Amino acid sequence: MVDVLAFGEHAGGKIAPITADLIAAARGVGGRVAVVLMGGDLTGLEAQTAPLGVDKVYTVQHPLLAGESVDMLVSALEQVCRRVQPRVLLLGKTAIGRDVGPCVAFRLGVGAAQDSVAVEAGGQTGRIVATRPVYGGTAMAKVTFGSSNPQVVIMRPGAVERGSVPGAGEGVAEEAEAIEVELDESIRKVRHVETVRKESERMRLDGASVVVSGGRGLRGPEPFAMLEELAGLLGGAVGASRAACDAGWVDHSYQIGLTGATIRPDLYVTVGISGASQHMAGCSGAKRIVAINKDADANIFKEASFGVVGDWSKVLPSFMEAVRDLVRS
Amino acid sequence: MAVRRDAVANIIVCVKQVPDPEAPPSAFRIDDGGKRIADSPGVSSVLNGFDENAVEAALRIKDAAGGRITVLSLGSAFAADVVKKPLSMGADDLVLLQDETFDDLDSYGTALVLSEALKRIGEFDLVLCGRQASDWDNAQAPLGIAELLGIPCITVAQKVEINGGVVVAERVLSGGYEVVEADMPALVTVSNELGEPRYPTLRGIMTAGRKQPTVWSADDLGIDRARLERRIRIMDLFLPVRDRQCEVIQGEDDADSGRLLALRLREEKLI
Repeated sequence: MVDVLAFGEHAGGKIAPITADLIAAARGVGGRVAVVLMGGDLTGLEAQTAPLGVDKVYTVQHPLLAGESVDMLVSALEQVCRRVQPRVLLLGKTAIGRDVGPCVAFRLGVGAAQDSVAVEAGGQTGRIVATRPVYGGTAMAKVTFGSSNPQVVIMRPGAVERGSVPGAGEGVAEEAEAIEVELDESIRKVRHVETVRKESERMRLDGASVVVSGGRGLRGPEPFAMLEELAGLLGGAVGASRAACDAGWVDHSYQIGLTGATIRPDLYVTVGISGASQHMAGCSGAKRIVAINKDADANIFKEASFGVVGDWSKVLPSFMEAVRDLVRS
Repeated sequence: MAVRRDAVANIIVCVKQVPDPEAPPSAFRIDDGGKRIADSPGVSSVLNGFDENAVEAALRIKDAAGGRITVLSLGSAFAADVVKKPLSMGADDLVLLQDETFDDLDSYGTALVLSEALKRIGEFDLVLCGRQASDWDNAQAPLGIAELLGIPCITVAQKVEINGGVVVAERVLSGGYEVVEADMPALVTVSNELGEPRYPTLRGIMTAGRKQPTVWSADDLGIDRARLERRIRIMDLFLPVRDRQCEVIQGEDDADSGRLLALRLREEKLI
């Protein structure tokens, strides 16, 4: 019997961080927790799940599961769910999980709560209650499930404090079971042609302790050169709002927000960003936000710790000059 | 679902009318039932932004290879200027799935109704949707439509092209993209990385104004309402209070404020 089944992700022979998030969330729900690992070759992965604290590890190894085809993963996970019959299925809102989760739910005729930040077993019924940001994060919804299982919840990466859940991270005596699935080439409807990586000299946004971002208020691409310089002074990375990316001022790899990068810096400096919910969804983990914006009523001032209401073209040069002096001293 | 290989592509674009996500969060109100966003004067209705990207993707295919674009929208009430916007951008036809029952659907119900409408339309090669709607941010209905119709689904595309009976798309990944392809009919969800949607032309707006949408109800589609029962139920909807008490730095002028800001951040050991 398994109560909560977590869809474990892995890359390059290592368990992905989202897997630990999911197991922590599963521990919070309670009951027997299992993780399922799928792939073409799972050698060495099973052992890595022991410190995460699961009661059981299911492994699904099949040559057609190499290469992360969503079609193959959906079919395999559907078969695992029919066999294991978990009450709850947890996936991460990753490039894979956000598609696999809903597809499996549709196939099983059950509901899925997408992009959830908290999950708990609710009240008397014990049905799952998931909390999820909606309207770009302007509102929060608590949703629950009808009577069918599994209750599928797709968790936002980083939403669960791993240390805060009792039992999470404790080595639990675990059992392992290999599950055979039936897959064939006819299941693959979408064919992979090639993956193109954009090589970038830029500092990565995720993991940066300082991020400097520009938005629509900059009115053009030129000011981003100043933001690059400021980021250089502070040892940080440069980001942008979706509006600035869509306008073509910077590449979309700069985009921070609900559908762009998620950042958790100690310091987040925004210039000409109004702070729409869709943007804030990508930076709500920032410890301190600094806002430079000419509109005193802009939402960003409700989220910022420090702000200047003024014209960035006058504020930014003197701010940078002072920063230059300070970092030298 | 007959596929016509002999003619130009039949493209269906699914669009949704949503409260303007650019409206300030302070303008949003929850209605008395605590389960939905109330109509509020500060929040107008707009076409979902990603759906405009999907319309643009369809128009680019039509520009390159010809085609017929049918726009499909689901709801209980529509603002004509919102749902007709794709027509004014260059789409050909509009089908509205309008019924009081459609007022309270979850992703499953939404996908079910849209898939039934697609079956009724019958001949289509490509279904395009926005990657997610900016109201409930579910990103589920397109996957559900594809599941229910048993057609391929490609998500979060920044480029969509058709080549014979095959759709080729670039799927956005963090730090790059993946080129994938599928036999048509297929469904593709489109992201803002595709590029800005074109503006309606004056001529387009006038043509759109004259076009009468086809309207189908749940009965027209032969949908058993019991199948629309929610699998996901909303217990509570609330507006989180965010007010970090911003310390506004005010110098003698903007330049002075900038200098003082840097000093204040140093005081806090932030720089």
